[in-house]
Amino acid sequence: MITFPFRRRAATADGNAQGLVSPADWRRPRVRFGLGSTQTLLLVGLIVIGLGPILWLAKSAITPTQDTITHPLALFPHGVAWSNLSRAWNDVEVGHYFWNTVVIAIGSWLSQIIVATSAGFALSVLRPKYAKYITALLLTTLLVPAIVLLVPLYVEIVHPPLVRHSFIDSYWAIWLPAGASAFNVVLISRFFDNLPREIFEAARIDGCGPFRLFTSIVLPMSRPILGVVSVFALLASWKDFLWPLLVLTDPNKQPLSVRLPTIESQTELGVFLAAMFISCLVPIVGFLIFQRSFLRGSGLGGAIKG
Amino acid sequence: MSTIDPVASTAEKAQHALMSKAQAEAPRVRARRTPASWVRDGGLSTLLFLLPMLLVFGAFSWYPIVRTVIMSLQHTNLVQPATWVGFANFSQVIHDPLFPTAVKNTAEFALLALVFGYPIPLLAAVVMSEVRKRRGLYSALAYLPVVIPPVVAVLLWKTFYDASPTGVFNTILGWVGLGPYPWLQSQQTALPSLVLESTWANAGGTVIIYLAALTGVNHELYEAASVDGAGLWNKVWHVTLPQLRGVLLVTMILQIIGTAQVFLEPYLFTSGGPANATLTVLLLIYNYAFGNSLGGDYGAATALSLMLAGFLAVFSLVYLRATRSWSTG
Repeated sequence: MITFPFRRRAATADGNAQGLVSPADWRRPRVRFGLGSTQTLLLVGLIVIGLGPILWLAKSAITPTQDTITHPLALFPHGVAWSNLSRAWNDVEVGHYFWNTVVIAIGSWLSQIIVATSAGFALSVLRPKYAKYITALLLTTLLVPAIVLLVPLYVEIVHPPLVRHSFIDSYWAIWLPAGASAFNVVLISRFFDNLPREIFEAARIDGCGPFRLFTSIVLPMSRPILGVVSVFALLASWKDFLWPLLVLTDPNKQPLSVRLPTIESQTELGVFLAAMFISCLVPIVGFLIFQRSFLRGSGLGGAIKG
Repeated sequence: MSTIDPVASTAEKAQHALMSKAQAEAPRVRARRTPASWVRDGGLSTLLFLLPMLLVFGAFSWYPIVRTVIMSLQHTNLVQPATWVGFANFSQVIHDPLFPTAVKNTAEFALLALVFGYPIPLLAAVVMSEVRKRRGLYSALAYLPVVIPPVVAVLLWKTFYDASPTGVFNTILGWVGLGPYPWLQSQQTALPSLVLESTWANAGGTVIIYLAALTGVNHELYEAASVDGAGLWNKVWHVTLPQLRGVLLVTMILQIIGTAQVFLEPYLFTSGGPANATLTVLLLIYNYAFGNSLGGDYGAATALSLMLAGFLAVFSLVYLRATRSWSTG
């Protein structure tokens, strides 16, 4: 079920198998010129549309506010204001909120990885008889839109059953619900399903218990899928807005995404744009480093949903 | 867990098997299973591995789903004890004058998002799949907006949509003699402006899905089409698109389900304004539950979210039924 589209593409691209445009087509001047110019046009369009707004943000983050307001598209008419960045980091306390975001993201990632790998291991490697019922329960949650959970989850955090202690303003209110991602469990168990069972049998015969099997054999073998799940878990947590807005009412604990809309009205434009630039720096750099995991993962998303 | 009762089920099986003498040997061995042997065979450690998932999903997924249904039939404000009110919450929502506005805006958003955002990623992916050099650059550029945090994307576009003649978009359009346009401040252009930003932010993910699907198209079909003398357009029309139809149908329903739950754009861009022109169903749910500082109307909020979920479920079923012959045939 899990296919790695990009690996497969690499295999066919250098072979002589033809795609939509055959080598013979490609040699025809009309196709070559038409397709070539369409592709160049697409590249220019992608640069303007995909990269343009981010480049504008980077430029405006170090441009004096007045210049951005009066000549938004001019390139530094009155010099560069590096001070925007330091003022955003220190005066607007973006630095503080930045670390809040990091703490929230790492906790959510850890909870997703623990839940998804242990459950995937139990369901796909240990395979108890009742696994199919649990899988069915998991799959039903995939069909329920997230909005259905919002209000009862919020009420549960304010007035938890059994414990007489509100979890408002506690990071646990974000970390723990983040673990309840059926998509992660499904993705990881599909991967575990495809691991060769002979290895598990061999390990078992050599006296390897389920815990060693998990930590020394299954986890090291699943690095690719763990990379994909980690990258998406961290990104999703960095992007999250509504849930942290609801459960973190103390501004000192809020992440960047929740603080930015509030900062907007109290800060001058140049500093605010610098704050926005800082908050999308981590996802962009992360994407450039782990590009393969990102692109493979979204392809996988399609394959599984399909 | 009432389904886990290995002792009873194996005992039953053993009894069953004893009647057929041919298979009497093996089951008699299994019939000796006791709770102790269940633990020795790893039943307990399996449960231990499942425990984090059962706890987290029980508390934060399965329980809230059930709780929604209960809350939609109750009057709750977290101060007084909840009282059962039957379907009063549902009729309250339906008779809310804002309800038809929110439904209309949400439907309009979903429709516009299909018009803007459905054909472009497909076209881009088909062209990109034939790129010989630096294909990675193309897909990275297309995907870049997806990794920008949505809050940053919305607030950035809010500055772009500045209605003054020196706003970013108005400056660009001014070069060709258009505008200035009011963008977010006019009832006519506010909703399309939100759709435009949302398309920018999400189209990259769809492009990557199509690119992955395009690699799965059987190359022999292209060769056969070439032999039959099909040109480029004919191959796109008669081979590529029919081969992609399964994925195309899925991305369409996923996009509709996604845009029916649009919240961030109307909340951050316009707070539903001007004059409720961008009030969506999710924003209405949010306003019921959290918009009132005096205490939330959780009954109305859960009732409306259940109605939305129910509608989406029925819509998806009808959609899958209606397109079944087309997607597989």
